[in-house]
Amino acid sequence: MSWLTQIGTVTLLNLRTIPRRLGSSTVAIVGIAGVVIVFVAVLSMAQGFFNAMNSAGSPDRALVMRSGADDEMTSGLTGPQTDIVKQAPGILRDGQRAIASAELFVIIDLPKQSTGTPANVPMRGIEATTFEVRREARIVEGRMMKFGTNEIIAGRAASFQFQGLSVGSVVKAGQFTWTVVGMFESGGSVAETELWCDARVLQGAYRRGNTYQSVLARLDSAQSYDTFKDWLTSNPQANVSVRREADYYEAHSVTLTRLIRTVGFAIASLMGVGAVFAAILTMYTAVATRSREIATLRALGFNTFSVLLSVLAESLGLAAMGGVLGGLVAYLAFNGYQTSTMNFQTFSQVAFAFAVTPALLAQGLGYALVMGLVGGLLPAVRAARMPISSALREL
Amino acid sequence: MKFLPLVWRSLWRRKIRTIFTILSIFVAFLLFGLLMTIRAAFSLGVELAGLDRLMVIHKVSIIQPLPVAYQGRLRSIPGVETVTHNTWFGGIYQDPANFFATIALEPEPYLGMYPEIHLPPEQMKAWLADRQGAVAGRDLANRFGWKIGDRIPLKGPIYRMKNGSSAWEFNLVGIYDADPGFDKTNFFFRYDYLDEARQNGDGLVGWYVVKVKDPAHSQQMAAAFDEIFANSSAETKTTTEKGFIDGFAKQIGDIGSIMTAILAAVLFTILLVVGNTMAQAVRERTSELAVLKALGFSDVRILALVLAESLFIAIVAGGLGLGAAWLIVQRGDPTGGLLPAFILPQRDLITGIGLMAAVGLLAGLLPATSAMRLKITDALRKA
Repeated sequence: MSWLTQIGTVTLLNLRTIPRRLGSSTVAIVGIAGVVIVFVAVLSMAQGFFNAMNSAGSPDRALVMRSGADDEMTSGLTGPQTDIVKQAPGILRDGQRAIASAELFVIIDLPKQSTGTPANVPMRGIEATTFEVRREARIVEGRMMKFGTNEIIAGRAASFQFQGLSVGSVVKAGQFTWTVVGMFESGGSVAETELWCDARVLQGAYRRGNTYQSVLARLDSAQSYDTFKDWLTSNPQANVSVRREADYYEAHSVTLTRLIRTVGFAIASLMGVGAVFAAILTMYTAVATRSREIATLRALGFNTFSVLLSVLAESLGLAAMGGVLGGLVAYLAFNGYQTSTMNFQTFSQVAFAFAVTPALLAQGLGYALVMGLVGGLLPAVRAARMPISSALREL
Repeated sequence: MKFLPLVWRSLWRRKIRTIFTILSIFVAFLLFGLLMTIRAAFSLGVELAGLDRLMVIHKVSIIQPLPVAYQGRLRSIPGVETVTHNTWFGGIYQDPANFFATIALEPEPYLGMYPEIHLPPEQMKAWLADRQGAVAGRDLANRFGWKIGDRIPLKGPIYRMKNGSSAWEFNLVGIYDADPGFDKTNFFFRYDYLDEARQNGDGLVGWYVVKVKDPAHSQQMAAAFDEIFANSSAETKTTTEKGFIDGFAKQIGDIGSIMTAILAAVLFTILLVVGNTMAQAVRERTSELAVLKALGFSDVRILALVLAESLFIAIVAGGLGLGAAWLIVQRGDPTGGLLPAFILPQRDLITGIGLMAAVGLLAGLLPATSAMRLKITDALRKA
């Protein structure tokens, strides 16, 4: 009998007898599946947040803020400053009109749907050009708001996450009353957590005078960015900082993404250690209950190496089942799950959906196999080294 | 008690098995301790928030400023003990990723209102003598290696100085410590310096903290404040500090239920593992147990013997795990000051002990009852 067939025969024998050891095998599978579920779920949360923040940035859009400001909330631009920005070369134009939107960005307290406690919901004052700047945005329910009125449109994620934002409802903020007339989508990006209203009305409501906080400009191509930026940063009247929209959102998601990933990896690795112990226990039990069988095989002439490999294969097989099961459960339970959190870097809520990606599932399965390998190693060595005579005598 | 040696001996029949069972329970309770610590960190010390302190913020949102004149009006309301204000500065140290809270305040009333914060008297004196002085929390100072006497440059994205620059500088005159669980990552500096030096935002403050004489009347006082400022240019919303922090923590998301879900998964798995191991241990000893019964051991005593084994493993291993978590937490925040608090609350320690007992009992229950129901004749014949 050749080596390979030996290994194949013993491995098959092991795998086929798994159902006989159902109890302990289930424990190993469930244990590993549990680790994979937690691992995938936590990382899919980080991934979902990252996606929401990073799908917002388009390479041919530039965000202009006051020089020295790192986020829209703390930035401030006067009306005349925004006019200068709109004259910059490199902006896409429709006739004389620059495709750029001067905007205000504030927060408003609204109760969160899930807890009923107040949350910092971002509210953006926009200009009529906004929908030309953000081409991915479109109204999906109700209608566009009328400029010059107290009408607002709510992002899809905002209307699901916060109370009282369905089309037709009225939002009271201080002495001001807003009417929700429509709901918009923007490709699942962070903008869908926002409420949009007329910038000029918002200036009045928040007593901001003729000031804005940022200008979002659509460039005539992604390559015009340098021209646009150089012109503005060398203009002392403008006194602004320019960055690509994509860079802005990436910079504002690093802290939270890193925090979730670190915590997720730490928890998953500790749980992994526990699961490895469970796997070791299971395999030891499996080897112990079959010690006679194994000894018989060895007496029949199967070599130690094939016995060792067969135990490892069983352990890997159980781990693979656990990994697949865990990935499946994580996918079914968490993929697309909507939630929102506070992004400290912008002090406002960001709604996002958990994203269980194929890469995450593969990582989860890989992790499961590592656990199976480590868990199976010791018992495999033990099985291979068992003295034949005493094992046969053993009951 | 006299059967303790018997329990002990049967535990160590299969050394490797017992050791790995202990190790998996150890890891589970280590995780329990650490997850509870993370949960406490994200609830931002809500348990420590004073009920006698009220937060008065702008009704529309906390980013809207309030007039400094409200301080006098609040102070004149009967039942109010102290009123002070805080202003969010949003200072950036070197890089926006180095985020920490920077707050302009009035040193004396503020520290008077927060006995949880400990600042040595000579440092307080130095602070009052230096307008540009600032104090940092111990964790924050450690994070960036600051020492007293350092000059700390901060970029002020909200406020510019009168000369148009946004490069502010402060002298670090003190480092504060605080009660366990209280945020030691803040940077405080004097409001009078901000107000004098800033170009914009004259006469405006961020929010007020009001200490009331009788915490029992907090709710009515809060309603009274909002009544007074109703229909003014800046309407207010007053909550107890506890309610405010609680709401703020909920903004981050329900960290509590995420942690509970993870723990439930962990404990369930551990229960399966230990239960399975105990079942295996009982199966192996069928004939011995039958002999014990034949010798006259009662069913209840057999049940107790097996339960004692699993309880013993669970409590010893779990206790070690929770103890290890406690030791790790004592060593301090591993993120170097990113988390505002890093403690393992006593309440969770007690919950942990309860869970150990539950795991031990539940894992032993099935094997113990099957051991109890053994028919001596069948069991002996099988062997």
